[in-house]
Amino acid sequence: MSAILDFLLGLAWPWTRLLLFLVGICAFVGLNAAYLVLAERKGAARFQRRPGPNEAGYAGWMQPFADGLKLLSKQVLIPPGTDALLYCVAPLMVMAPPLMCLAVVPFGESLVARNLDYGLLFVFSFGSINVMALMLGGWASRNKFSVISSARVVSQNVAYEIPMLLVVITLLMVAGTLDLNEVIRQQTGGFWQWNILRGIWDFRAGHIGANFLMPVTFIIFYTCMLAETNRAPFDMAEAESELVAGAFTEYGGMGFGVFFMAEYANIVLGCSLATILFLGGWQSPFPPVSFLAYFSGPLWGPIWFLAKMYCLVFSVIWVRWTFPRTQFYNLLNLSWKILIPISLFTLLLTGALMKLPLVWRHLF
Amino acid sequence: MNVSKELLPAGPSGEAPQETFILNLGPQHPATHGVLRIRTTMDGEWITRAEPIIGYIHRMHEKMGENRTWAKFLPNTGRIDYLSAMHYTHAFVGAVERAAKIEVPPRAEYVRVITSELNRIASHLVWWGALLLDLGGFTPILYSFEDRELILDLLEGLCGARLTFCYYRFGGLCNDVDAEFIDGTRALVKHMRPRLEMYRALVTGNIILRKRLEGIGPITAEMCRKYGATGPVIRGAGVAYDVRTVEPYSVYPQFDFKIPTYPEADSMARYHVRMDEMEQSLRIIEQALDQLPDGPVMGKVPRVLKLPVGDTTYAVEAARGRFMVRIVSDGKDTPYRLKLRTPCFSNLSLFEEASKGMMLPDALAMLGSLDLVIPDIDR
Repeated sequence: MSAILDFLLGLAWPWTRLLLFLVGICAFVGLNAAYLVLAERKGAARFQRRPGPNEAGYAGWMQPFADGLKLLSKQVLIPPGTDALLYCVAPLMVMAPPLMCLAVVPFGESLVARNLDYGLLFVFSFGSINVMALMLGGWASRNKFSVISSARVVSQNVAYEIPMLLVVITLLMVAGTLDLNEVIRQQTGGFWQWNILRGIWDFRAGHIGANFLMPVTFIIFYTCMLAETNRAPFDMAEAESELVAGAFTEYGGMGFGVFFMAEYANIVLGCSLATILFLGGWQSPFPPVSFLAYFSGPLWGPIWFLAKMYCLVFSVIWVRWTFPRTQFYNLLNLSWKILIPISLFTLLLTGALMKLPLVWRHLF
Repeated sequence: MNVSKELLPAGPSGEAPQETFILNLGPQHPATHGVLRIRTTMDGEWITRAEPIIGYIHRMHEKMGENRTWAKFLPNTGRIDYLSAMHYTHAFVGAVERAAKIEVPPRAEYVRVITSELNRIASHLVWWGALLLDLGGFTPILYSFEDRELILDLLEGLCGARLTFCYYRFGGLCNDVDAEFIDGTRALVKHMRPRLEMYRALVTGNIILRKRLEGIGPITAEMCRKYGATGPVIRGAGVAYDVRTVEPYSVYPQFDFKIPTYPEADSMARYHVRMDEMEQSLRIIEQALDQLPDGPVMGKVPRVLKLPVGDTTYAVEAARGRFMVRIVSDGKDTPYRLKLRTPCFSNLSLFEEASKGMMLPDALAMLGSLDLVIPDIDR
């Protein structure tokens, strides 16, 4: 009897685990979206020297629920003349990819829904759906502002996908694996072992790292992430002073709310990825020696991960409220004329620096 | 939704016909700051034609002026351009004083200059914040409004109003300034200088801002003359045209101040002109406070004001350019004709020509640099 139960449990466990994690991720994304909106508004208020939302609950802590309730209680309106199916599907399509991608993101060494060997590839393949969803939403709205915004989204995301992937390829050459957990495991042993610094000088091997331009690579990645998530100063899709609300002009109620949540889910995902690839993921910034070893472990992992990720999220908010919006062609110029050449150069440099020791040994 | 499209003749053989579409910017659009409507014919994101359609907030100010006595029209003037109420009241009051030959005591004239320049700074601060808002920078407007608040507090102490000031009267002012105002204004001048410096350091030098304004939206001096554009628009085209110096009024000749001009004629030039003007206004305020004479603030004005038959004009340099009031009197207690020459109307007229072939965001940045107040266009 118990053997059969064990067998059934063994069969069901991977799926139960996945299900549990998906529920967890949904809750995580939902809460993040809700409270990042609050954090953004509070942050903006701080930069602008005003109190921000402070009425609902203690210091405005209930504001996300008030907002959510308001959005939920609104009528779902499909404007006449729109492509009703695409119009309704677009918000779901923009929300689904970050949820899927977070399934492979390791929050801790074992706190990952599905540790795929090709996690990085998975993230990028799903991440690209976001663009299509925004485009469809804008296109289906049958609004001229939305259509302009759709066209912008496509060219912007195509332009920024390239340097981002080049940067990721650079990292892949260094890491040699697509497994996100493995990428993090390689960065153990203190903050100087994180990819962002390890590239400059490899302390473990005691020689020059694979790519001394790694901080620049990180900045390129960060910039691309801002552009990919349509965040200011690259918020071409929702340029409110030019295109009213861009692709979201015709959306109201929860349709708009889902787009809004997806924006924050994408930010969380982008920052998670930056944390994993460059900042050591769940690794402690301290080396595991003497009492400092206490700070690394299964309990501390998620804490370090979230701390690093939220620092990046905060910087994203900071950037938004500091800079004006870029001009669209300047945005494309930045990608094609600056970011792509630099990332190509770092790619070549990494290749050269990795193979140089071999050549050296061969010659002498 | 308007789905009509204009098909322009096909290009050289083999090319698809050039397809344009019509985009209505406004009357409810975030970038027009009011009920301005611009009917743009777009080729992708490029504007082939932008036709401003005005009149959504027409309130018949001129006709109202012709139907009521001189004094009763006075509060209207502050509502034409609600951001530079002092200047507009000044022009109307000045025109009536010129026609009726009313002597204004010097103290009143000095206070008029001080309050006008304070109003100019407040108006430019609003423009600065609004332009940055158009460019997608949300934060600056809250900083500029913080400074503007100080100015509004000062002016509120004088006349009770915070926006549509009606402080000037025929022959002087309704209230004398008190020590509180003078000390407050001195403190404000001290406060504003480092703030302007901060704005320069934080915003003007920003690479994104410069990329969005420099070399974009050229409005040449010739175009300004063609359409009658004045104020910072023509000064941004390198012409030192300022009513305060070319048609001196009030006590402006007493002060030493520069007319900032920038020959680049782009959006950035207009930006710099306004930023420099705020500094010059501070200089004028400082000098006026130092020279402020004692005495009454109200001259001798007849109880029932009847203007002699005649045609009088009076122009002032409002925050947006030359505002002129023309009064034609037939000897009655109401004007025969009251003509208001407002700067925003002329400044907007050139938009159609200037925006041709521009990209939508650039054109909107240029629109922001024109600093339009829509009620001022429609009157």
